[in-house]
Amino acid sequence: MKSFKEYIAYPYGIWMLVFIAVPLLVVVWFSFLSNPDFKMGEYVFTLENYQNFMDPLYLELLYRSFIYALIATLICFLISYPLASLIITLPEHRQNTMILLMILPMWVNFLLRTYAWMVLLSNNGIISNFLDFLGFTNIPLLYTQWAVILGMVYNFFPFMLLPIYTAMKKIDPDLLRAASDLGANRFQLFTKVKFPLSMPGIVSGSMMVFMPAVSTFVISNLLGGGKYMLIGNLIEQQFLTLNNWNFGSAISMVLMVLIFLVLGIARLITGKEIDTGGQVL
Amino acid sequence: MKRILVVFLLCIPLFLGGCAGDDRPVLSVYNWGDYIDPDLIAQFEDEFDCRVNYETFTSNEDLYVKLKNSTDTYDVLVPSDYMIERLINEDMLRPINKDNVPNLSIIEPQALNLPFDPENTYSVPYFYGVLGILYNPEMVSDPVDSWDILWNDKYASKILMYDSIRDSMGASLSRLGFSMNETSEANINAARDALIKQKPLVMAYVTDNVKNLMATDGAAMALVYSGDAAIVMDENNKLAFAVPKEGSNVYYDNFVIPNNSKNPELAESFINYMLTPEIAARNMEYVGFSAPNPQAISLMDDNWKNNTAFNIQVDDLARSEIFVDLPNNILELYNKAWTEVNVSK
Repeated sequence: MKSFKEYIAYPYGIWMLVFIAVPLLVVVWFSFLSNPDFKMGEYVFTLENYQNFMDPLYLELLYRSFIYALIATLICFLISYPLASLIITLPEHRQNTMILLMILPMWVNFLLRTYAWMVLLSNNGIISNFLDFLGFTNIPLLYTQWAVILGMVYNFFPFMLLPIYTAMKKIDPDLLRAASDLGANRFQLFTKVKFPLSMPGIVSGSMMVFMPAVSTFVISNLLGGGKYMLIGNLIEQQFLTLNNWNFGSAISMVLMVLIFLVLGIARLITGKEIDTGGQVL
Repeated sequence: MKRILVVFLLCIPLFLGGCAGDDRPVLSVYNWGDYIDPDLIAQFEDEFDCRVNYETFTSNEDLYVKLKNSTDTYDVLVPSDYMIERLINEDMLRPINKDNVPNLSIIEPQALNLPFDPENTYSVPYFYGVLGILYNPEMVSDPVDSWDILWNDKYASKILMYDSIRDSMGASLSRLGFSMNETSEANINAARDALIKQKPLVMAYVTDNVKNLMATDGAAMALVYSGDAAIVMDENNKLAFAVPKEGSNVYYDNFVIPNNSKNPELAESFINYMLTPEIAARNMEYVGFSAPNPQAISLMDDNWKNNTAFNIQVDDLARSEIFVDLPNNILELYNKAWTEVNVSK
């Protein structure tokens, strides 16, 4: 007889089948079809969509999207790591308050927060007026590549902070004491014990920032003003405006495979399964 | 306490009656964003004892993709000329029974029997306008009479373009002396190269937020539809509108009824209702676009008649061309060109 545990896993199995496996298979299927005569229902099997993507134009776009996402991930890390180290030194109840404050903005819809940045960064916005006051006039803020990266950092930074914080939380204080007893100075304590032990948090945080950043189309559209197209925008355009779902599916597949490769590399670095999100709260 | 509970329980059927028992006929309307006075929809619901299900789209291409791929059905759509032509060719529209749209007789003849629907078998004019340049004379010192101004590096980072294939490509084609319906690959690519060259000067590629950006002094000039210009100029009278001398695009956004409409007669009533002079006048004052409806315009305030983007000049119309539905292989060239403009740095 099957245990109760096995039975309660069924809903998850069905969920994954219907909402993850089937849609993915449809995308794979679509990516290998084309509609050469533009007639409804007349599809042929082809590799054309993938061949079309091998255009230097699209490859450069892919490269650019990866660079933007990498920069955003790096900035998130540079902000989150010191912040998490600071929070961890606070008394327990203050730690919880700080973490709550960090995720509080996420209770507001992502689109609204991005629209709010459009107002803040606009030519007559607060930041621009403040810069004018300091004497730096006519610096465009909105519709620049830095606005796009800012949007990514702002929206995805809690995904970096939380895993790093939990990883640091898991470090046994006895290990640190033992290391100092054995003669490690503060620098060695950090490089030999603390940093390696927080590595799983860094890797999982980086993945959780990198993945949404590399595929976003809303941030680049709103804060970049359509000037800094990313791979996500190209996919969106194929589906919503150009009615080329087959090419859109092929681009999605390429992006997905590349993200899996990055995940694989990250797994090699830490030597174990990447724990994405389970440890967040 | 018990009494309150009883009253509450007694009320439940009332609430249920409010929604589940609503057997009023439903009219599904799919229109451009910001393209109707919402009060008029409520008024229509009251007068015709029906429920209007109202949805919006941002471009003709979006509308087409939705119609092709969605299971939702609509009763009234408002596509533009070239998209109407495409929908007619693909046999997706239903002929309109003109007996149910008597107000068609008050529509200005220049908006009727146009090439995309020669006998107005399938479509009834709603709004029309021209593509042009909305600009702020305080920021622009040169005369605005040519598309060239959008390529003038004096206004770098102060130019807004429209994030729509046919409009942005059309402006670029027209500037180079080609037709806005160009089919030669070399000329399409020349227009593409010009847009790529222009890109560093562009502040942003926008759609509906062009109105905010021009109204709050962010930008010096924008490629806009005349109706959008008219509504911004109505609020901010220092702005001006011009149709370039090279010519431009004149568009007609017409009501059509799709083939699979569930309620075509109610749809015809709705179309007729929107053409009623008092209703059309209120609608124009809200939306800012011009309807080819002289009786309605005569009911409007003088400030509208003096608004150069609302009151489109006959010679501006005369040198403008209507977009035609391009064959798919040509459309592919436009799509590819526009993607290259988007992707370029």
